[in-house]
Formats: sequence, C-alpha cells, structure tokens
Amino acid sequence: MSSAKAKKITATSSRVRSIRRWGLLFLGPVTAAFTIGFIWPFIQGIYLSFCQFRLTSDAKFIGLGNYAAAFADESFRYSFWYTAAFAVVSLVLINVLAFAVAYALTQNLKGSNIFRTVFFAPNLIGGIVLGYIWSMIFDGILSRYGTSVILETKYGFWGLVILMCWQQVGYMMIIYIAGLQAVPEDMLEAAKIDGASKSQTLFKVTIPNVMPSITICMFLTLTNSFKLFDQNLALTGGLPFKQLANGETVHTTEMLALNIYNTFYGTASVARGTAQAKAVIFFVLVAIMGLAQLAYTRKREVQQ
Amino acid sequence: MFDKPISRKGFLSGTAAVVAGLGLAACSGESGDDSSKSGAGKTYGSGKNGTVYWLNFKPEIDETIQKLGKKYAKAKDVKVKIVTAASGDYEKTLTSEMDKSEAPTIFVIGNHAGVKEWNDYALDLKDTDIAKAQTTDEYNQYDDSGKLVSVGYCYECYGIVANVDNITKAGHSVDEIKNFDTLKAVVEDIHKNAKANGFDAFAATDMDDSSSWRVTGHLANLEFFYEEHKGDGASKDVWKETPATIEGTYLPNFKSLYDLIINNSVTAPDQLATGGHDPAQQFKDGKATFYLTGSWDYADIAKSVKNTTMLPYYCGVKGEEKAGLNNGTENCWAINKNASKKDQKASMDFLMWLVSDADASKALVEQLGIMPFKDAAESENGWLKRSAELADAGNYNMDWATNFEPNVDTYRAGLVSALNDYNSKQNDENWDKFKTAFVDGWATQYKKANA
Repeated sequence: MSSAKAKKITATSSRVRSIRRWGLLFLGPVTAAFTIGFIWPFIQGIYLSFCQFRLTSDAKFIGLGNYAAAFADESFRYSFWYTAAFAVVSLVLINVLAFAVAYALTQNLKGSNIFRTVFFAPNLIGGIVLGYIWSMIFDGILSRYGTSVILETKYGFWGLVILMCWQQVGYMMIIYIAGLQAVPEDMLEAAKIDGASKSQTLFKVTIPNVMPSITICMFLTLTNSFKLFDQNLALTGGLPFKQLANGETVHTTEMLALNIYNTFYGTASVARGTAQAKAVIFFVLVAIMGLAQLAYTRKREVQQ
Repeated sequence: MFDKPISRKGFLSGTAAVVAGLGLAACSGESGDDSSKSGAGKTYGSGKNGTVYWLNFKPEIDETIQKLGKKYAKAKDVKVKIVTAASGDYEKTLTSEMDKSEAPTIFVIGNHAGVKEWNDYALDLKDTDIAKAQTTDEYNQYDDSGKLVSVGYCYECYGIVANVDNITKAGHSVDEIKNFDTLKAVVEDIHKNAKANGFDAFAATDMDDSSSWRVTGHLANLEFFYEEHKGDGASKDVWKETPATIEGTYLPNFKSLYDLIINNSVTAPDQLATGGHDPAQQFKDGKATFYLTGSWDYADIAKSVKNTTMLPYYCGVKGEEKAGLNNGTENCWAINKNASKKDQKASMDFLMWLVSDADASKALVEQLGIMPFKDAAESENGWLKRSAELADAGNYNMDWATNFEPNVDTYRAGLVSALNDYNSKQNDENWDKFKTAFVDGWATQYKKANA
C-alpha cells in the first residue's frame, strides 16, 4: 500500500469520525421535537390516567380508580364491540372492492387513468366534510321514507361503512395496482400457455403474488377503522341513544375514539381521569394491532 | 402516472408521499376548524399598567369588544387580550387556557355547574367596585358560603316571539292570548288556514345543534321552573343546588305545548331531526307567526319584522295568566384569583370602564340588550321592554332553572335523541322514552357529575 493511499484512507476515516461527532447535533432537533411533541405528552398522559384532574397542571394521584371506572362503563364496552364490528365489516368490504377496482383498472381499459384519479380523489377530502356531505346524501334519500341516518342505529352503521368505503377504496386501490403490476409477466404468460382459465390465473397466480399488498391493506383498514373519529362525529355524532334500565345512556353509533372524547368533554371534570384511562386502554389496543401487523407483514413479505 | 409498472422502491416512496400528503391534509383540516371555533384572539397595548385577558363567551359581541379593548389599551397603557370562544367550546377553551402561564384574568362562570368547576379560580367579588355598580344582584352567581363568584353583566329574556301583524291578518288579536287554551285556539286556527293566509303558526324547532336548545333549554325550562316552584310560579321557592332527582310532574304541560308547536308548524315534525330549515329566516320572511327565541335576536329580527312581541311559555299550569317572560343570564364575569394583584386591578378597572363609560356601555348595550349597572346606557330592546312591562304589571319572572341541568351537553343530547324518535312517530311508547331521558337522565347525569 502506498503511503499516499494510506494517508487518504486516514483522512477519510477521520472525516467520517468528525461527521459522526456532528451527527448528534443533526439528530438534536428531531429528537427534541419528538420528545416535546410525543414522548413527554405520552408519559404525562399515562400519568394523568392515574389521576383526578380538572387542569393538567394540578392533578391528584388516585391510583387505579380511573381504570375501574373505564371498564365498568357500559358505553365504553358497547363502543368497543361496535367499533370491532365496524372494523371487520369495513375491512372485508373495502379490500374486496379495492381489489376488484384495481383488477379492473389493470386490464388495459380505455380511460383507466381517469378512473384511477376519480377513485382516488375522495381521499383528498377531510373526514368532517365527508361526514356532513354524506349525512346530507343519506338524509336526502331517507327523508322520503320519514326517517334519517341519525334515527336508526343500522342506518348509522351502514352509512359509516359506505362512507369509509367511498373514502378508502381509492387509496387501497393504488396499493393493489402497484401489487398487480409487480406480478411477473412471465408467470402470467406461462399460465396462459399452460391453458389456465382467467379465474384460475387470478386465484392461483395473481392473488398469491399480491399477498404483500393484501396484508398491508388489511391492516391499514383495520387500524384506520379502530382509530376513526372525524367521520363518526360528523355523520351521526353517536345518535340515536338508548336509555338503559339503570339510567345509563348508550350512544348506539359511537366508536371508541368518540366515546373517549365525549367522556372527556361531555361530562363534568370528575370524568376526565376516566377518559384518560380509556385513552391509554385504546392506545394499548391499537398498539397490539400495529405490532401484530408488523409481525405478520414481515413473515409474509417475499422479495421478487 | 399509472402507466408504467411501479417498482417496489417507487411504490414505497410513492405511498410514503401519499401518506405524508394525507397527514398534512388532515392537519390543515383540523387547525382550520380550531381557529374558526375559538375565534381570533387579539392583543393590544404595552402592558405597562398590567394585563387584561378576557376569555369572552358571546361571539356576537366579539367585534364590538375588540374595538373597545383596543381603545382602552391605548388610553390606559394596559395590555388587553380578548379571545372569544362560543358557548359550545367555552369549557374546552377555558380548561386549556387556564393551564397556561398567561391565563385569562376575566372569564365567564355562568351557571351552577360552572361555580362548582371554577370556584377555586374565582376572586370573591363581594363589595368590589363592579358589585357596587350593579342595579340588582339577581343575576349574580354565589357559592354555598356566600362568596360572590361572578357578576351578571347582562341579562336576557326568552319566550315565544309573535308576529303581531300576522295574527291580526288571521283575524285574531295578540291580546286574546292569555294562557295555553287561548294560545292553542289562535295557533290551530292559523295552521288550519295556512294556505289561505300564506303563513303558518310556528317556525321549525330543528333538532340539530344550532337549534335544539329551543326545546331542550327554553321549552324544557317550563317543566323545571314549575317543579322548582311547586306549581305556583309566583312562589319564592327556588333551587339553591342542583337537585339529585326531578319528578317530571309538569311533563304533561310540556307535552301539550310541544305537541302544539311541532304539529302546527311550517315544517313537518318528521323533518326536524336533521335540521337545516333556518327557523329565523322562516320568521323573518313572515312565513311563520311564532318563533322560540330570546332577546339576543331582537336587533336581527326587528330589521325584517317590525311589529313583534314576546309571549310567555303558556302550558296550561294554573295561574299562568300571571306568567312573565324568562329573564336570566349565563353571562357573568369572574376575575381570576391566581392572577397578579396588578392584573386583577387592571381587569377590574377595565370592567368598570365597560359598564360606566358612556360610549363603551352604549356600544355594548346595543349588542347585549341591557346591562344592569347604574351608569350603563339605556336599553333599546323591544322584548326586554315587554318583559319589564310584564314585571311591572306584577307578573312573575320564569327564572332559568335550566342553569341547573347536570352535565348539560350530555343531558340535552339524550333529550334530543329521544325527541327525534318522538318527532318521527308520535306515540306513547316514544313519549315514555323521552320521559325516561328527561327524568332518569337527570338523575344519572347528576350522579356522574357528583361522583
């Protein structure tokens, strides 16, 4: 090794070292922002779930009472099952529709670019606006029959399903299109030469090859449904209510996030701790699903 | 953009871009929402002589008080900050603002629940300048120990607004209406001849958030009021505390009036749930003869309908011929106990200026209707004048017993849900559901609020 070359290497490695030293500085702003904007509020939020408080700055530690109250709250349990039912239904519908649309739009149809744009467009509208627009559409139809989307639980449920399909199908469609286009041409050609029918090709060749997209989309729709808030608030706001025999009121179209919100603001400040505890439980639920998604997706992923 | 097959890397970065874009869209949507809700807060002046931060509760006076605040800040070298949060968001805004180092020095504690929540943060106003300047202490909020928590800076009256000319055109006189039976006769006659007359009886009582308070607040108040006064409106029995339970004794009276209103209206009852009928416009256009609202709407209504009056909520209770309008308020100033002495004084001086300066109080009275202070400008509000006439004639005031509703938003939401069912199908089963929401809902919310 010539001495000139060795010198160059030392110079490079010392430069790397000095960049490493500076690296901390570059990481600083992000770390600070992440700590201020996420980690600290998160820790404080968990602490508050063990407190009774009106203002976050003067909270009184009370132990597990808030969690007991949260689990004893019938409306919270109801909203959990309601949310779960909604998640399952919308998961199936959104993915089936999105895949169907994506499949149709990769068949070299005329104007498929326009269709793709049109299907994707609803994603660009905010949830609150969508909720109000759809409540007008539903009520425009239902008022002919003397009812409304806020008068019957089933209308509220299916209304929200339709709304979410309308909003999310386009988004999932893009992911599916990418998956479909990545299916190797030669495999499809081989299937054709071997005399496979269209449906055989679809189920035996195409779908196994887009499995990674399917997993991504399934878990995206699942977590989206669990975290849903704006659309729920704007479309029905939890109406209609049901009065239980013990005097409790159950908002029959209220999902988890809205239930937490209503607990925090709709009642006197004594319930704020309970709402905070509900929020922590909610976080754990969504985190478990997120982790499951990660594990599942990693296992399924196939590099082509 | 979709023609070429998307590579894995391209796909991932594309997805990331879309996700980021959506995130941004969501953020901008939310923040846009927030700013319109809480109103734009503005700050004026240097702050040499202290800071005044008023978290205002009435959106309709925002423009006026911003002007007044600016003027005052300049004249007295005080820093004045005024932020407006409408009633639906007031509690939320107050909660977060009170947590800040520069917390509001003037805020609103307007009802009994508010006293419970915020008493610890309120200065005792007894024997202070602002209390001494008042003409009445009827609209003030006290706590159990007799501490003056907040002072009423204006009061309002509500009732059934009537278009006098429409009633005359229909061949009746507004003087005929003395109690529920006479009201019913006039209303039903007008509704029956709605086509021929070109106008109907009641404006819509929409059940959406912008309008449901007419029923769950104003109309419901008659039940609370007569229960509070044990059926005799003139009696001096008043609630000092929110009762843990209510009986619903006067629900049949509520029902007779409610049925009369929804079934003799411009808008069919089964259309009320979704709202959007703009009852104010129905009344302003002369399409509706009766309209449930309060004195805060006077200036707006008087521009379109000149000849109006306000009737008490007649509902068939014995002796109701001597009923007056519903006078009360939720507009009471409290001063922050935790503010510095200097800022407390600056706030007090600012309030004194608002209620005694000729120009300032005139500008405010134009918006508020009336201010019960010795040196404040005179009221020009026709319905408040009508209320005073009734009071002078010895009629009893129907006080705002609704101010005792426990967990008011949640309680009222329960009433709305039950009434939606009843409006779409008026039968006993649905009415019983409403009764449950009304009576049991109260007890439940009381328990929750006092857990």
